[in-house]
Amino acid sequence: MLLPGTEDDLRGRTQDAVVKYGFIAVTVGLFVFFAATLPAFATTGVMFSMLKFASVTAILGLGVTFTMVVGGLDLSVGSVAGLSVQLAAMTMVFYNLTGTTAVVVVLIGGIVVGLLNAFLIVVCRIPDLLATLGMMFVIQGAKLIPVSGQSVSSGMILPDGSAAPGRFTDGFRMIDRGFLGPIPIPVVIMLVLVVISWFVLSRTTYGRVMYAIGANPDAARLAGVRVGLYRASAYVISGMLASVGGLILVSRIGQGDVNAGASSLLEAVAVALVGTSVLGQGKPNAWGTLLGALLIGIVLTGLTMYGFQYYIQDTAKGMVVILALLFSFTLSRRKVRYQPAT
Amino acid sequence: MEAAMTSPTEPNPTDADASLAADGVAGDRVAPSGAAPVLELADITKSFGANQVLKGVDMALRPGCVTALLGANGAGKSTLIKILSGVHPDHGGTVAVDGIVRPLGSPSEAADHGIQTVHQRIDESIVPGLTVAENLVFEELIRGQLPAVRSTSQLLPRAREIAATLDLPWSDAVLRTDVFEFGIADSQMLLLARALSREPKVLILDEPTSTLSASEADRLFALVRQLRDHGVAILYVSHRLSEVRSLADDLVVLRDGRVTQQQQRPFDMSAAVRAMLAEGTDAGTATTVDEVRGHDEALDLRGLRLLARAEPIDLSIRAGEVTGVLGLIGAGKSELARQIFGADKLPEGEMRLKGAPYRPDHPRDAVAAGVYLVPEDRAAEAMFPAWSVARTVTLPFLGRVSRSGVLRQFLERATGNRVIETYQVVAEGPAQSVDALSGGNQQKVVVGRWMDADPQVLLLDEPFRGVDIGARGELSRRVREQAADGACVVVFASDVEEIRGVADRIVVLVEGQIHLDAYTTEVDDDAIVTAMSEES
Repeated sequence: MLLPGTEDDLRGRTQDAVVKYGFIAVTVGLFVFFAATLPAFATTGVMFSMLKFASVTAILGLGVTFTMVVGGLDLSVGSVAGLSVQLAAMTMVFYNLTGTTAVVVVLIGGIVVGLLNAFLIVVCRIPDLLATLGMMFVIQGAKLIPVSGQSVSSGMILPDGSAAPGRFTDGFRMIDRGFLGPIPIPVVIMLVLVVISWFVLSRTTYGRVMYAIGANPDAARLAGVRVGLYRASAYVISGMLASVGGLILVSRIGQGDVNAGASSLLEAVAVALVGTSVLGQGKPNAWGTLLGALLIGIVLTGLTMYGFQYYIQDTAKGMVVILALLFSFTLSRRKVRYQPAT
Repeated sequence: MEAAMTSPTEPNPTDADASLAADGVAGDRVAPSGAAPVLELADITKSFGANQVLKGVDMALRPGCVTALLGANGAGKSTLIKILSGVHPDHGGTVAVDGIVRPLGSPSEAADHGIQTVHQRIDESIVPGLTVAENLVFEELIRGQLPAVRSTSQLLPRAREIAATLDLPWSDAVLRTDVFEFGIADSQMLLLARALSREPKVLILDEPTSTLSASEADRLFALVRQLRDHGVAILYVSHRLSEVRSLADDLVVLRDGRVTQQQQRPFDMSAAVRAMLAEGTDAGTATTVDEVRGHDEALDLRGLRLLARAEPIDLSIRAGEVTGVLGLIGAGKSELARQIFGADKLPEGEMRLKGAPYRPDHPRDAVAAGVYLVPEDRAAEAMFPAWSVARTVTLPFLGRVSRSGVLRQFLERATGNRVIETYQVVAEGPAQSVDALSGGNQQKVVVGRWMDADPQVLLLDEPFRGVDIGARGELSRRVREQAADGACVVVFASDVEEIRGVADRIVVLVEGQIHLDAYTTEVDDDAIVTAMSEES
């Protein structure tokens, strides 16, 4: 409890303001800095490519956000994105099927992985971090078995000596290249998913129950909540969102790159963590995750345009995450501690 | 009661031989009558924030004696033990060992002064992944008295010595196994041996039998007697009166942070239980209710087994009256409440609600049937950190504040406001965080959310814990109104006065058995306390 009307109160309120708006200020400040020092930065082209880059991270981050809301964490999102790349490439290149089929196959793949995660975590009671870590390795290896570890590209030679019959359809490539009005399609998908996630998490009974489970699963159960069912759903949603991110990714690269999605996991977890700090909410939320993805996008784009090497970029990403965690854990006073009755 | 308040240091020459022999306990032992106390506590106080847990405790432990410490939940026993183990150095008052005042600044300091504690939670003291031998010599390991880089073989001689102090028949092969393989009883013996390896003057045992089987407990008792005969002063904390009766030489009762009674053998257990439960049982001060008797049988319980070692019970609970289930810790109260609510599996028996079979697999089924539970531990089981009053209230009934799964904020606010107004919660509004409310107001929120939703059966487990007297009266009144409206209300508590203040009918549970079932006007406090202190 706060004691009002004291020096502490003023200090506390300043601190609250820093926590609440500090992260947005950092994001805007960096944007202004890059725009002022790099003439090419604040142009439509650069902004769109930045947003397109951020869209995959943000969508994967949304999946992580759902699992964080129920007090867990999904470490398999990066590998699900990689699996999606592989599935889409195989569907179109190996089996010569349509882009639409590829989309359906990819989404089913994501849901299946989500169900497996849910089974391991809810039914087998393996801690979420370990279950999804194991799942990550399984997927990374298993997806390479049917292609003998090769990247899938149009016209590649199959094991039986013939050339692969299909190719990436133009329609499928349009997922990444297309525009809806003036806005690139990946950005549209990202915004739609953010709005849906925000609505579901903060405006529906489903979301309310999810936050209840994250805050105190025992109390949620004693309020009549089927905790396992809801936790399972979070992992299914996460798997599905990760596969959507993978779709955008594979549409962009245009081949079944075996390494695709590898770096996405850390970025996705990072933006979800950053999102937890944003607006001082102290809990995972969709808009925060979007802002986290934008911040990382701005930082990386700016640094790239300044000519920094890729390894500087990783350092910068790490620093952004630590900065965000400083806001959540060090500066925030909203951490609630219960003193159980003696 | 005052007559029993004799000082434990006062010479007491006559009773020792007779009473101990009568109990068949170490009959040849000569109690060290009049020996100077080895440990003296004077005016011990301790507060957590605004909550004063210990309000000036004086106590003395004689060497070669077992002193039982009794007290209901929240009496301050754990805090007192923690002070003696050096966990809370910032307490008021003094602790003297052998007549010299010693500050107990840390657990290792307490150990240096000869005070050793075996805590109730064994898993917090045993280090899994280490061998039995390493656990035995653990204190010496962390104090650097043994080489940091070592093989188990190097530790074995010392470990054997320690095991030998308790005659533990552990071979070298056993000493080399991972302690993870050990059962609870063996782990407890290990901790006891570890505590004794420092040759303590004072040994504190906190609920040592709570997880032991009967034969394992007997083994422990034999050890305790052996240690006592070697002159160790033992502070024995237990809720089991039968253990206290057969083991203790002195008895100290703590209630609400104060010593309310001290006794020496032979004990008057009814007086001890009374001192433990209610301050004044003077007829004038006790609040009683205008007894109402309900007629409709609402909840019929047949063959419920509350505790693994207890016989099944039958109980029929009526609507229109408040049933108070009274029992000490471990009597099976929470088990009963949780079984009715579907929070625990029903191990045996069957339930009928208003004549129809009722078998909840999950709290959700209970809530759907209108059976609600206010759980015992509010913070851990009913509240969500940083949640608003409105959110806390609406969670079980989100369907009532939403349309097609979409929350209606105005309905949430209205529900929050209704609970705040109806149950007179002191809060700024429905958006205020429950963390900022006082214990009594938190409880009103938690109880109010169920009462707002037409309960058929309302189960309240220790609803008055951490609740101030004003809020308690208000809650009792509301609970009785609910019953008058035809609900079936069951209050579970360990305090006679609390039950008297709310219930029409009293059911006393002892170790999973019903020892008394009567309307409040039919029994006096003596009969209730006697029923509670009877052995099964």
